[in-house]
Amino acid sequence: MNIHYLFALFVALLCIFIPYAGVEFAHMQTFFGVFIPYLAIVIFTVGVISKMLSWVKRPVPFRIPTTCGQQKSLPWIKSNCIDNPSSFFGVILRMAFEILTFRSLFRNTKSTIKEGNKFSYEWEIFLWVGALAFHYAFFVTLFRHFRLFFENTPVCIQIVESLDGLMQIGLPIIYMSGIVLFFAACYLLFRRTYIPQVRYGSLSADFFPLFLIITIAGTGIYMRYFGKVDIVAIKELTAGIFSFSPKVPENVSSIFYIHLFLVCVLFAYFPFSKLMHAGGIFLSPTRNLANNSRIKRHINPWNPKVKIHTYEAYENEFREKMIEAGLPVEKEGA
Amino acid sequence: MSEDLKPEEIIKSIKPGPPSTPWMDVVSKVEAGNYCYPSQPKTLEFLGMPNPREWSPADEDWKLPENWQEIIHKGFKERLDKYRSLKVFMDICVRCGACADKCHFFLGSGDPKNMPYLRAELLRSIYRNDFTTFGKILGKFSGSRKLTKDIIKEWFLYFYQCSECRRCSVFCPYGIDTAEITMMGRELLHLLGISIHWIMDPVANCTRTGNHLGIQPQNFKEIIEFFCDDIEEITGLRIDPPFNKKGAEILFVTPSGDAFADPGTYTFMGYLMLFEHIGLDYTLSTYASEGGNFGLFTSSETMKKLNAKMYAEAKRLGVKYILGGECGHMWRVVNQYMGTMNGPADFLEVPKSPITGTVFENARDTKMVHIAEFVADLIKHNKLKLDPSRNDKRIVTFHDSCNPSRAMGLLEEPRYVIKNVCNNFYEMPDSTIRENTFCCGSGSGLNTEEIMETRLRGGLPRANAVKYVHEKYDVNTLACICAIDRAALPPLMDYWVPGVDVTGMCELLGNALVMEGEIKRELDLRMEPLKDEEEENTDE
Repeated sequence: MNIHYLFALFVALLCIFIPYAGVEFAHMQTFFGVFIPYLAIVIFTVGVISKMLSWVKRPVPFRIPTTCGQQKSLPWIKSNCIDNPSSFFGVILRMAFEILTFRSLFRNTKSTIKEGNKFSYEWEIFLWVGALAFHYAFFVTLFRHFRLFFENTPVCIQIVESLDGLMQIGLPIIYMSGIVLFFAACYLLFRRTYIPQVRYGSLSADFFPLFLIITIAGTGIYMRYFGKVDIVAIKELTAGIFSFSPKVPENVSSIFYIHLFLVCVLFAYFPFSKLMHAGGIFLSPTRNLANNSRIKRHINPWNPKVKIHTYEAYENEFREKMIEAGLPVEKEGA
Repeated sequence: MSEDLKPEEIIKSIKPGPPSTPWMDVVSKVEAGNYCYPSQPKTLEFLGMPNPREWSPADEDWKLPENWQEIIHKGFKERLDKYRSLKVFMDICVRCGACADKCHFFLGSGDPKNMPYLRAELLRSIYRNDFTTFGKILGKFSGSRKLTKDIIKEWFLYFYQCSECRRCSVFCPYGIDTAEITMMGRELLHLLGISIHWIMDPVANCTRTGNHLGIQPQNFKEIIEFFCDDIEEITGLRIDPPFNKKGAEILFVTPSGDAFADPGTYTFMGYLMLFEHIGLDYTLSTYASEGGNFGLFTSSETMKKLNAKMYAEAKRLGVKYILGGECGHMWRVVNQYMGTMNGPADFLEVPKSPITGTVFENARDTKMVHIAEFVADLIKHNKLKLDPSRNDKRIVTFHDSCNPSRAMGLLEEPRYVIKNVCNNFYEMPDSTIRENTFCCGSGSGLNTEEIMETRLRGGLPRANAVKYVHEKYDVNTLACICAIDRAALPPLMDYWVPGVDVTGMCELLGNALVMEGEIKRELDLRMEPLKDEEEENTDE
């Protein structure tokens, strides 16, 4: 146990207690059901945009892609157009693979020393699997929830729902995404506490979002499969928020408010945290630039003026010696 | 290091896991053997760098300027505004740990502050404190900390235990590049007058004499002429390389390390023989007698200043384009920085091989071609007479230098050349070559004696992979295309894998070249018999 872990746990528990107390004892349904979600949406939107702008407005002085394959050089040497792109199209491919399939994480290896002195590097797939499962499950779950904002569920959401519910065992339909999200987040928490190299540098900011998401997924699963929440009332509330005519129904249980509040905290926290990697990946100069700086000049907007030691100054210092050594000079014996 | 630390003792001393003390509470001790010697005040004065003074890292008091915290804060802010890379990399790391065991310094030491993400946290913790709201409010709970003199010392130790090799960046899901972090960390230290002798001296030398080693023009010429004497003895042919020749077609620039010390010198001899063999109209320059650029390890301004000489000299001599020799970081500068900093080179022509007519489209803007590209093209077009059997006593493997592989992607060209000039070639395991290559442990200006133990530890993963092919295939030669490698790998091999020689690509080429009018070759470029004596006996 370290302070980072405990602090994150403490704040997460606080985030559970606040809406619970607020709804159960203070009856602040409108505050937690309407005000907080609006606030969170505003903070999220403004926060993400301003963070992205803060990155975009900063220059990229040099073209520094990390090249992970053969460059484009001689025509008979096959170049790796994805991992060492030389064109814009190649960059699009590289970024697409990076963002959609976590290509770099896929390379992960684990190093061990065998027989006392042999370094060995084995392919380590679990982080990749865990991360991919986590992100896709999160995305699908989030997407499914948009049904709560519409009176009539749009077709695209229906399709995702039916795909997500393919593994139907009984009623209600089991959505894989929620379950996968829960377990993937638990796995990520597990590896963060289990692997010494990861645990050692982990911060509250690493545990906190995991605690939030695990609880969000947990409460969501509870509400869907175990607790009897009034889904019609909830939809009335959420659709109301979305159509800017919020209504607060009476019979929504406090577990929903906990769920909602945690989601709001997550969204409001997003722009100020490492969660912004979701936006940052698009702007990482080692990934989003083509390795073509020998073909086409990359411009540095603040390219500094520097004073170079000129040939003239050089020859002035060494002229006699150069002449003696038979080296050509610009000015004979000046 | 304690001189008699045995290889197995070093491996045994690699820490198996991080300590129980949180890293922020671990005060990094500066002790003899774990730090690089600082630059001399006169060097910094000559370069116009701030706060020159006499000091030693071993001293308790580093004689920092009065307002050192303010200097760092301002310098940090300035760099955050100038480099999107720094700002984004400060913001988005999720500490997933994928980078942790990718760093050769971490693998060789087990020191958690050598894990790339933690190395970045050394800086990021100050970033949070100085520039983020959460960091200011939550303090330690957010992973931020106030800058102290101990942290300056910690930075000095750990930003000089990173060779800017970028291996971590290959594995990072966001491409976070510790080289960027280290560069910025070092720049910040420079503002306080903290820098290392082994980088700043070459920078000062290069500024004045045109090369890192401070070789003056007449000596440079003399050295090359010595090489020609050796070549004459080996081949019976006298080569008379042109210096500072106006109107030559090509300016050839290579790191001065190759002119200075074995085994780089053999590579230089290889260049000279190649150019003679194909009758290239080229010139060497004493003014631009350095391809390497320790400015890359100093600051972008210094890098630009040193690199500017290549174009300036190319313009003065009126050449058509520039051909660059075997060097690692030089090629990072040429490929990723030169055009941006010192271009456009509109006074030069798009490089075209005078022998094969191949136009090097990939160097269309910078007008600078890598010798491996140039030679691969010659071999492909059958323009070289080669006898690879002359390298038969060598069982070769190839070490990808960090920069040509991860900041350029020059992977196949040198392999193509090597496979054509020698008969025995074996690759090291996949996870240790190409984009996954391990650093020699001495890159980015760390090739200095006083931190030998750190270098041996950093070079251990590379050496271990060489050991693997040495034991499996009897590999006895480690080829590379980098002058720092040629200086750093021999002691690394002597320590970890005795019996493995280090060679440059063009040394192997020089051995294999069948030159017109040459005598029967008995000796290789090292003046050693082409064949081992035993072999010769069995031949007879």
